Amino acid sequence: MALKMVKGSIDRMFDKNLQDLVRGIRNHKEDEAKYISQCIDEIKQELKQDNIAVKANAVCKLTYLQMLGYDISWAAFNIIEVMSASKFTFKRIGYLAASQSFHEGTDVIMLTTNQIRKDLSSPSQYDTGVALTGLSCFVTPDLARDLANDIMTLMSHTKPYIRKKAVLIMYKVFLKYPESLRPAFPRLKEKLEDPDPGVQSAAVNVICELARRNPKNYLSLAPLFFKLMTSSTNNWVLIKIIKLFGALTPLEPRLGKKLIEPLTNLIHSTSAMSLLYECVNTVIAVLISLSSGMPNHSASIQLCVQKLRILIEDSDQNLKYLGLLAMSKILKTHPKSVQSHKDLILQCLDDKDESIRLRALDLLYGMVSKKNLMEIVKKLMTHVDKAEGTTYRDELLTKIIDICSQSNYQYITNFEWYISILVELTRLEGTRHGHLIAAQMLDVAIRVKAIRKFAVSQMSALLDSAHLLASSTQRNGICEVLYAAAWICGEFSEHLQEPHHTLEAMLRPRVTTLPGHIQAVYVQNVVKLYASILQQKEQAGEAEGAQAVTQLMVDRLPQFVQSADLEVQERASCILQLVKHIQKLQAKDVPVAEEVSALFAGELNPVAPKAQKKVPVPEGLDLDAWINEPLSDSESEDERPRAVFHEEEQRRPKHRPSEADEEELARRREARKQEQANNPFYIKSSPSPQKRYQDTPGVEHIPVVQIDLSVPLKVPGLPMSDQYVKLEEERRHRQKLEKDKRRKKRKEKEKKGKRRHSSLPTESDEDIAPAQQVDIVTEEMPENALPSDEDDKDPNDPYRALDIDLDKPLADSEKLPIQKHRNTETSKSPEKDVPMVEKKSKKPKKKEKKHKEKERDKEKKKEKEKKAEDLDFWLSTTPPPAPAPAPAPVPSTDECEDAKTEAQGEEDDAEGQDQDKKSPKPKKKKHRKEKEERTKGKKKSKKQPPGSEEAAGEPVQNGAPEEEQLPPESSYSLLAENSYVKMTCDIRGSLQEDSQVTVAIVLENRSSSILKGMELSVLDSLNARMARPQGSSVHDGVPVPFQLPPGVSNEAQYVFTIQSIVMAQKLKGTLSFIAKNDEGATHEKLDFRLHFSCSSYLITTPCYSDAFAKLLESGDLSMSSIKVDGIRMSFQNLLAKICFHHHFSGLLKLWPRAAQEVVERVDSCASMYSRSIQGHHVCLLVKKGENSVSVDGKCSDSTLLSNLLEEMKATLAKC
Amino acid sequence: MIQAILVFNNHGKPRLVRFYQRFVKEIQQQIVRETFHLVLKRDDNICNFLEGGSLIGGSDYKLIYRHYATLYFVFCVDSSESELGILDLIQVFVETLDKCFENVCELDLIFHMDKVHYILQEVVMGGMVLETNMNEIVAQIEAQNRLEKSEGGLSAAPARAVSAVKNINLPEIPRNINIGDLNIKVPNLSQFV
Repeated sequence: MALKMVKGSIDRMFDKNLQDLVRGIRNHKEDEAKYISQCIDEIKQELKQDNIAVKANAVCKLTYLQMLGYDISWAAFNIIEVMSASKFTFKRIGYLAASQSFHEGTDVIMLTTNQIRKDLSSPSQYDTGVALTGLSCFVTPDLARDLANDIMTLMSHTKPYIRKKAVLIMYKVFLKYPESLRPAFPRLKEKLEDPDPGVQSAAVNVICELARRNPKNYLSLAPLFFKLMTSSTNNWVLIKIIKLFGALTPLEPRLGKKLIEPLTNLIHSTSAMSLLYECVNTVIAVLISLSSGMPNHSASIQLCVQKLRILIEDSDQNLKYLGLLAMSKILKTHPKSVQSHKDLILQCLDDKDESIRLRALDLLYGMVSKKNLMEIVKKLMTHVDKAEGTTYRDELLTKIIDICSQSNYQYITNFEWYISILVELTRLEGTRHGHLIAAQMLDVAIRVKAIRKFAVSQMSALLDSAHLLASSTQRNGICEVLYAAAWICGEFSEHLQEPHHTLEAMLRPRVTTLPGHIQAVYVQNVVKLYASILQQKEQAGEAEGAQAVTQLMVDRLPQFVQSADLEVQERASCILQLVKHIQKLQAKDVPVAEEVSALFAGELNPVAPKAQKKVPVPEGLDLDAWINEPLSDSESEDERPRAVFHEEEQRRPKHRPSEADEEELARRREARKQEQANNPFYIKSSPSPQKRYQDTPGVEHIPVVQIDLSVPLKVPGLPMSDQYVKLEEERRHRQKLEKDKRRKKRKEKEKKGKRRHSSLPTESDEDIAPAQQVDIVTEEMPENALPSDEDDKDPNDPYRALDIDLDKPLADSEKLPIQKHRNTETSKSPEKDVPMVEKKSKKPKKKEKKHKEKERDKEKKKEKEKKAEDLDFWLSTTPPPAPAPAPAPVPSTDECEDAKTEAQGEEDDAEGQDQDKKSPKPKKKKHRKEKEERTKGKKKSKKQPPGSEEAAGEPVQNGAPEEEQLPPESSYSLLAENSYVKMTCDIRGSLQEDSQVTVAIVLENRSSSILKGMELSVLDSLNARMARPQGSSVHDGVPVPFQLPPGVSNEAQYVFTIQSIVMAQKLKGTLSFIAKNDEGATHEKLDFRLHFSCSSYLITTPCYSDAFAKLLESGDLSMSSIKVDGIRMSFQNLLAKICFHHHFSGLLKLWPRAAQEVVERVDSCASMYSRSIQGHHVCLLVKKGENSVSVDGKCSDSTLLSNLLEEMKATLAKC
Repeated sequence: MIQAILVFNNHGKPRLVRFYQRFVKEIQQQIVRETFHLVLKRDDNICNFLEGGSLIGGSDYKLIYRHYATLYFVFCVDSSESELGILDLIQVFVETLDKCFENVCELDLIFHMDKVHYILQEVVMGGMVLETNMNEIVAQIEAQNRLEKSEGGLSAAPARAVSAVKNINLPEIPRNINIGDLNIKVPNLSQFV
């Protein structure tokens, strides 16, 4: 007792800690809420105290309460207080509480910025770590922007513990602040090769997560990941990388080919199931990405399927599940290989595990054929009967419908069977997919004309049977089927056996309990039915009968007129008046049937669901323009294409007219009881005999009625689908027999002595003829329907902002915001190598150039390393597969071709390989460069060397594509020709060296002799010199590294060094060769003049518009202009010509989304840019007037500019 | 990405709730309840994957869980995670708990929710897997515990004394509630060291 007193007083003196709180809650089971509210009051007191330890303790308790679902947002400020404690113990508590409760809406979160920054730079690694962990949970766009740079610094921290956390959190930063991605990416990439496996794994993790969302931007990392994949032993990293490759392969089929082998090896060697599974998955992805014409990959498929079968057969349910999951991926492309495992999959349908059953169901979808559809569906139907729990049953239902209706009912041979399956499905109680069944019924009845008669008879039976009305209260319930039934019976009423009977069924009072939209259909179709009955009666001359029907209508329609549903009411009123009018006419013995049926004349055609959307907008119609100026408070209505069914209808229609008198009610009640008594389905509303897992007291006392479901529930009067299976079998059997007979006869005729090698001829799908002549009407589409089906991406997708081209060099404007007062500190950190932290420079162009030069140097020094980095090169070194890769719809097709032609070119040169060694190299490099440029969409010019090196010129990228296209042009100009040889050449500025140009000379042999011993001698001038092999003198000729058989052409490249590039330059040269034919050999010569125009010194260089503006403003450029008259060419083509012949390019907008440049062009005015090999900037402003063009140029060298403009004038004059 | 990590017992009482995606607290509780009911229905010998509940996003997500004695460990992940990998990760997490608490049982999780969070923070950070090497995780946890001890030496001592006094002779202390140890050692699954 005394002890308890003591304890009480101590309780007041000392606060409860977390353990006490938990204990207390456990001890107050009956009044937990009260106890907790007491505790929260105490906590509030504690938070008011100054002692940080007390506060931390209080916050710790709050974190626990938060888990139980209590609101702790009121303590956000206190949490920040605890976060800023100096001791790690408290800080950790604070950050934990923050990570659990803070979010973007927490307003005090902005107060944390400086605290977090302080903690990030704390000398204690655990302070930093705790801050990083916390921040990862509550980072906001503001925090991300302010702290991105600090976190970047931490990525190079000395402690791996911090590095890995910093790397990981960068993903969250990118998500919240996408602008940080490009500046941070180089360092992130660096971390892929961090010595610490944890850091490496974190970097892989982040890049995989990024690449998953926007894979195309990360293709260039493939070689690096490939290296990691072959070197890493960490299964976790391997899995991530392999998963990443799975996402990349669809974009680059060549990658897939490279992957197959190492992956297959891994599959064979690994013991870890997780790794094996992911390998199989990626191999499947690779196989999907490769086009089917790959016979040598069937082994890989076999391997996958075989491994998956092992997984599925495993006793471990997890492996079974995953096996099925992966199998369904193979199914899409290689259904044949999966179909052979049908037994296994059907077996899985009986599994006790619902997840596995669902997966097996997915697989079934792709395995059906005409032959086995009935069998599979029959199996599924038995599952429907057995299924416990509506979710699984609903899943089965949708799967049955999916399976049957896939690819336009491809596998259904007997639509009568399908209709009866659908009818059987209507007896499912409590399903949410009534509308699905209804839609199928409608679709089939409308599109398969031959089935209408049967469908109508089935539907009238449905209308007649009462069970569907019972479930009318449930939204989307099975009663939706009546919608279809009523419509079909009405629309195709000519097929009805007993129209009068059906009419009465549709006019029953109980119909008014149905949802409004169904009643509306009833009302409408009652009239159709009425019209056809009227016609029949009149034709038969039964005037009385006709009048009786009219009377029936007049009697029954008022129940709909009273409906609470507006639609029903309106239709019913109209029709009631119409019928009353008809009644009057009938009384006068006027024939009315013709006129009434004329109301519903004509046939309805099925319309594709997207037809409305695809109607093209007529020219000149702006749908966004206001017709009238909007009122200030007008509400805009969302116009959505209406579904066939009012499925979104929320309001519950009032089922009973309020005026219904007592008597009527009593009568209905009686009738309902009667019906319930007769209705075998009604019992289902009692609790279903599901297993009860949790024993809640009281439940056991309720007697659970066990229903024997083994007796299949039969809809009275409806045929069972099973009988069709038998019928169908018989039918097929007959067909087969007949066919066999025929075949036998033929065979016997043909060869008597030979035996048939297979005793059981397997029946292929094509052999099964459909039971009815099926005429599946295709859905109508509007004229001029837009072909493309743009799937609109969700504009709110947070990952879309991260769709950023990472290969482009960083622009100066892209850097992470740095806190100004911390400049000194950040500059201390080791960041020199990252370009974006570099201090502002006044000449952005120089910077970029420098950066490029650096790269170039690197490239020269480490050719080998460069190779590994260059994706195209890396991919093209793969041994080319024997069959040529089918051109996939990938942006890189032309690269493939380039690679191919390169390979071919090398084969062609095989003879002169020794001498050749030198020349193809620069060529290859050049090619690669061009490729890079083209993939980035920066290249303006088209190129088509005569030697069939490239496919027909690609269209000019920029500008409006609808304008007329220029004929393919060649940048190769004629150099000289005679009867033996034709020389054409192309001169390009070299990207590697300042004052070098490369001259590509194409030599075409026009004679019937072999040309060999070709030598080129050029007379050097003071300004221009040819680069010759070492040791040769100025007067020696330079050999051409190949021979030319008759009719063949080939290209040789020579490098010239130019000292001053401001002026055009001409060099004299001679080609000497030996022409050898049957009659002997002659020595021949051809003189030529190489013309180095000023344009050939220019290199197409992309330029950002802001840099361009700065350049123009700088004022150190001289200006000049020209004007050319008599130009009829379109401005677009004009620009293309300038780009092409003079190596200019339009300006890049900053942050182009699709990395595609846009010429900054205002109507008839364009800015263009180019750079000379010696670094002169050339800016152009091209303006088009009527029949004239004026070009204003600015350049750092006036001579160069005036020469350039002269050349341009010559070009333009030709236009 | 991991969207959420939930630990609850056989009766659905949450022992650890960690969301890496923002949900309002009512939804959080609802998710815990829904997940509990989904998982509870399943026998122990069926597969450990569940196509996501209706509350955490759509078809891309899966629930991957393990059941140890009285506790369910549920990870809600999207398709970027390897299913078997996450199963192993749960194993790593539980084994780490076992090491740090020396034969972990449900009571440890009940009374030391904060510590469990700290351990989890060394395994998963912001929804991404931070470390899978158990020795490394344990080493970091221990280093932090040492740091805490060195800081808290003075202020923690009286608190402990008080706590000891409070525990004396009170009949309600849950020491005698037998919940049973967790059966941690599950064979055949440690593919990751």
